[in-house]
Amino acid sequence: MSKDALPKSDPETVRKDVASRKLRDQLFVFVGLLALFACLTALLVLFAKLVMDGSERFTWEFLTSFPSRRAAHAGILSAWVGSSLVMLVTAFTAVPVGVMAAIYLEEYAPKNWFTGIIEINVTNLAGVPSIVYGLLALGLFVYKLDLGQSIVTAGMTLALLILPVVIVSTREAIRSVPRAIREAAYGLGATRWEVTKDHVLPYSTGGILTGMILGLSRAIGETAPLITIGALAFIAFLPTPPLSSVAPFVSFTWLTDPFTVMPIQMFNWTSRPDPAFQANAAAAGAILLAMTLLMNAFAIYIRFRFRKKINW
Amino acid sequence: MSSLPADIVTPVGHDTPHISIHMDGAREPLVRNAAKARAESLSFHYGNHRALKDINIEIPERMVTALIGPSGCGKSTFLRCFNRMHDLTPGTRYDGAIRFFPDDLNLVGKDVDPIEVRMRIGMVFQKPNPFPKSIFENVAYGLRLRGVRNRALLEEQVEGALRGAALWDEAKDRLQASALTLSGGQQQRLCIARALATRPEILLFDEPTSALDPIATAKIEELIAQLRDQVTVLIVTHNMQQAARVSDFTAFMYLGELVEVGETSRVFTNPTKKATEDYITGRYG
Repeated sequence: MSKDALPKSDPETVRKDVASRKLRDQLFVFVGLLALFACLTALLVLFAKLVMDGSERFTWEFLTSFPSRRAAHAGILSAWVGSSLVMLVTAFTAVPVGVMAAIYLEEYAPKNWFTGIIEINVTNLAGVPSIVYGLLALGLFVYKLDLGQSIVTAGMTLALLILPVVIVSTREAIRSVPRAIREAAYGLGATRWEVTKDHVLPYSTGGILTGMILGLSRAIGETAPLITIGALAFIAFLPTPPLSSVAPFVSFTWLTDPFTVMPIQMFNWTSRPDPAFQANAAAAGAILLAMTLLMNAFAIYIRFRFRKKINW
Repeated sequence: MSSLPADIVTPVGHDTPHISIHMDGAREPLVRNAAKARAESLSFHYGNHRALKDINIEIPERMVTALIGPSGCGKSTFLRCFNRMHDLTPGTRYDGAIRFFPDDLNLVGKDVDPIEVRMRIGMVFQKPNPFPKSIFENVAYGLRLRGVRNRALLEEQVEGALRGAALWDEAKDRLQASALTLSGGQQQRLCIARALATRPEILLFDEPTSALDPIATAKIEELIAQLRDQVTVLIVTHNMQQAARVSDFTAFMYLGELVEVGETSRVFTNPTKKATEDYITGRYG
């Protein structure tokens, strides 16, 4: 067939042409699946290795024991309690601040060069190495504000770290609320705040929660910034319980207690020469990975539920 | 008021001029309605683009006024000046005035709060845009914004608005169901009910049937014709038959200017301007 003529349109030629183009389509499916399996296999092998290495340590005692010099008696009680409390502080600081910042940027801020710079930098902050946040927290929270090497310091450090994630995902969730809905509310005489609290926020809750959980699942695995602020690796006690049987029943002293977290506990065990501790590290790693996957699964579930309820 | 057509008579020395509408021939005036609003040399700018040019028109009270014209002629832009929707877009500017009666408020005045304007002027949009809430909450929202908390009062007003929008019979057994379970036509009537519940003085319709099928369109048109008893209606439509069916007055706009305005039957049978005639006879648009 010469190049400057239209292809023939008889059924035989058309069929051949379609077949060859569909072959290329199939080829891409194959390449795409290959790429997907490469990532998934790496993750699965890693997870399986951790589970196998730590298999003998998956006992109830491992969850309810403090760290010990003897590998067989060591557990992750202080680590998972510490991780949970730090995540609590992170969630309660990063979410209100991040959501409010996102609402301001999206709904209130005038669109000019100044807010443009802020927007670009918020996105850039997500790429700042986490150790930098650790140094900032060491200078600000530990020394300037004198909060100590405590749960509140760690929680706020990780909050800073995930703020960009929370802001960006909240903005995306807010932006997905159609303009027509905003106009409907404004048209009835609503103020900006009424439009935000009655419509924009309720309709974007799914996206906001998803962003929060994705942020937290990044924070739960962070080690470097917490080592920088001086988290301890060996903690053989629990923070003060937040609830007690005597008045005033609620206590916040746990906020200023020293702590350790899962990844630091792991790091500590992997650096021991005794190979028995390697099993502990592997078991703790598997549990940490499971926690992260669970949080992500929960985020997906929330998104699914809210998508089903609100269908634009 | 030289831009007004001859069949609208503006007596000198009146704040709210009266409009006499005559049928063809020498019969008695059918209606004598005051102007509910009057645009005076209204211009509107998006940045440097002048989208509306020096518009003068009176909107008679409790009548249906239709805005027709080809796409991009500025009819929706003009409609959205009445409830200051353009204030949501940065870089827009109004010149001139839209006087709103009886209190002679300039709707586009810089010192007039757009929220006050929207409290008094309702709007129904091109695509049905119910909130993803229950049918009841959709209608009640405007009242809640106005501070109504009494449940019995809310229920009474919601029922009244749904009846007014001819939706009560279909919705009364499912008030707590999501508004998104309604059909497109029902959703649009819900949006009308939502606007009616706030008892607007003017109700703006921005091509309210362009996303609906013919049966749903007929219902909305019937409804608009009935609404003229209680509210002043201003409707943008690209459908000339619709304008002819539902409106008392028709204004033809072209390239951001108001070309001609008058009684609907007169504009459609005997347009005075060449551009109007070309448009309604289908020569462009």
